[in-house]
This record gives sequence, C-alpha cells and structure tokens, in this order.
Amino acid sequence: MVRSNKRNHAAQNIPASHALAAFSFMTRSTMTFRRYLVLAFVSVSAPLGDTFLDVGMKRIGPVSLAHISTLFHAVSTPWVAGGIVLLIGFFASYLTALSWADLTFVLPATSFGNVVVALLARFWRHEQISLARWVGIFLITAAVGFVTQGPSYTEHEQPITAPDAKEVCQL
Amino acid sequence: MSMLHHSALANAAMIGSIVVAATVGDVLIASAMRQIGDLDDIKADSGLVGAIKAVVTNTRFFCGVAAMAVSFFSLLFALSHADLSLVAPASASLTVVTNTIAGKLFLKENVDKRRWLAALCVCVGVVLLAR
Repeated sequence: MVRSNKRNHAAQNIPASHALAAFSFMTRSTMTFRRYLVLAFVSVSAPLGDTFLDVGMKRIGPVSLAHISTLFHAVSTPWVAGGIVLLIGFFASYLTALSWADLTFVLPATSFGNVVVALLARFWRHEQISLARWVGIFLITAAVGFVTQGPSYTEHEQPITAPDAKEVCQL
Repeated sequence: MSMLHHSALANAAMIGSIVVAATVGDVLIASAMRQIGDLDDIKADSGLVGAIKAVVTNTRFFCGVAAMAVSFFSLLFALSHADLSLVAPASASLTVVTNTIAGKLFLKENVDKRRWLAALCVCVGVVLLAR
C-alpha cells in the first residue's frame, strides 16, 4: 500500500513538457540519513569481516586435508565467529540496500571499503602506501562522491504513450 | 612462447569466468530485490520475519546466490593456478564495469554519465590499490 502510493506520487511528478514522451523509466532519490548509514555499514563490514577471518585463521595456523575438522573448531573461535557475524550483517545490509537503490548506485557507493582496507593497513599495521595507492584511494573516494550526489533509484513506469487516433476523434 | 601464450589465455579464461559468474549473481540478486520491493516497507508491514521470508522464498534470489557461489569457487580455482596480485584486482575491477553494463542492459537502470564515471574511477582505483 505504502509502495503503490509512492509510485503514484512519482508518476504525478512527470514534467508537463514530457507528458507525451514515451518514458520507460525515471530516477529519484530514495536516500535518507539512515540509508546512508546502511551503505556505510555495507562498505565497512565486508573488509572488517574478511580481516577478522584472516586474523582468526592465522592464529589457528595452516589446516591440512587430513585434519579438516579443525575448520569446524575454527568457527567457534572469537575472531572467526566475529568475522562470520560481520559478513552475515554485510549480506543482509547489501540486500536491503538493493531493495531501495540501483545496483549501479550501490556498487560504487560501497566501494569505499577498498579504501578502508588501505587506510587500516597504513594507520593500524603501519604499512607504507605508494603514490599509486594514494591515487587509487583518491579515485575511489571521488567515485563515491560522484555517484552519491546523483539519484539512487530508477523508477520503472508504464510507458506513457501519445493518445491513439480513436481517442482523439472522440474528443 | 607458446607456453606463455597458453598461460595468458588460461588466466584470461579463469578471470573471465569469475567476472561472468559474479555479474550474473549480482544482477539476479538485484533483480530479485527489485521484484520483492522495498524491504523497509515490508519490515514495517510484516516485521523482520516477514522480510526474511520474502527474500528466502524468492527463486531468483537463490539463483543469484548459486551464481555467486560459482564465482567464489572459480576464484579459489584461479588462485591455485595464478597469482593473487593478478586475479583479485583484475576480477574486482572488471566486475564493476560488467555490472554497470549489465545494470543498464538487464535491469534497465538509468546509467548516466555520473555513474559511468564512478564505475571507471572504481575500476582504475581498485587496480592501483592492488599494486
């Protein structure tokens, strides 16, 4: 009910100059502060979850095929369990984001996770970041800026066609 | 020379299969979520259980997850034959571009200049970060 009202509202906002144009879609912003927080969580939870798994598995050490049951034990360790919880949270937030924003909006907007990994490496693990990496960080940050300034959702409407000849004659 | 050519071709094929499977997965999942509708509205109407039920009972969603699983195992296979420094950035950056093309073609999203520019920036940025 709520959704159909939103669609009707969107349809009424079609500019008069385009009234006879055959539209197949229109874009609008569906973003709120809470939804930006969801995108931020998508960006951060995936690299953080991967890092947790990495730390956990490094502590357990190499797992051989002969002792594959070690993997089941790994799931119960705090780091691996934390990583799994974060990755489940990532997937749930990613699905939620795709339900109110376009794929071509969500992917660039959440690519900031790559930057988070590089910054963690620089300031937490004190790794050196080359000039090429700083350029990469700048490009991804710019991409997030570009895409989040634009509309987030493509609204698919029924094509609005010009009235056919019979209707015009009846008028 | 022939060995080198074969190796480059094999790497391209492995990266190609990761990219294709990941793109199919992303498009199917995005399409499923569009079919299901705004999860915030569903949650407001039928609660969290209703929202989870709406997702897990969608066939397209499971096809998308299956494609993502294929992409993941293709990545594991590729990593056992080629270097991480080649496979990871190449597949990640190409997937951004193929997803943008697929979003326009199959999901009929309005991919304007802004989104093309963003996709290209992410594509180049991911490659540079992996160096």
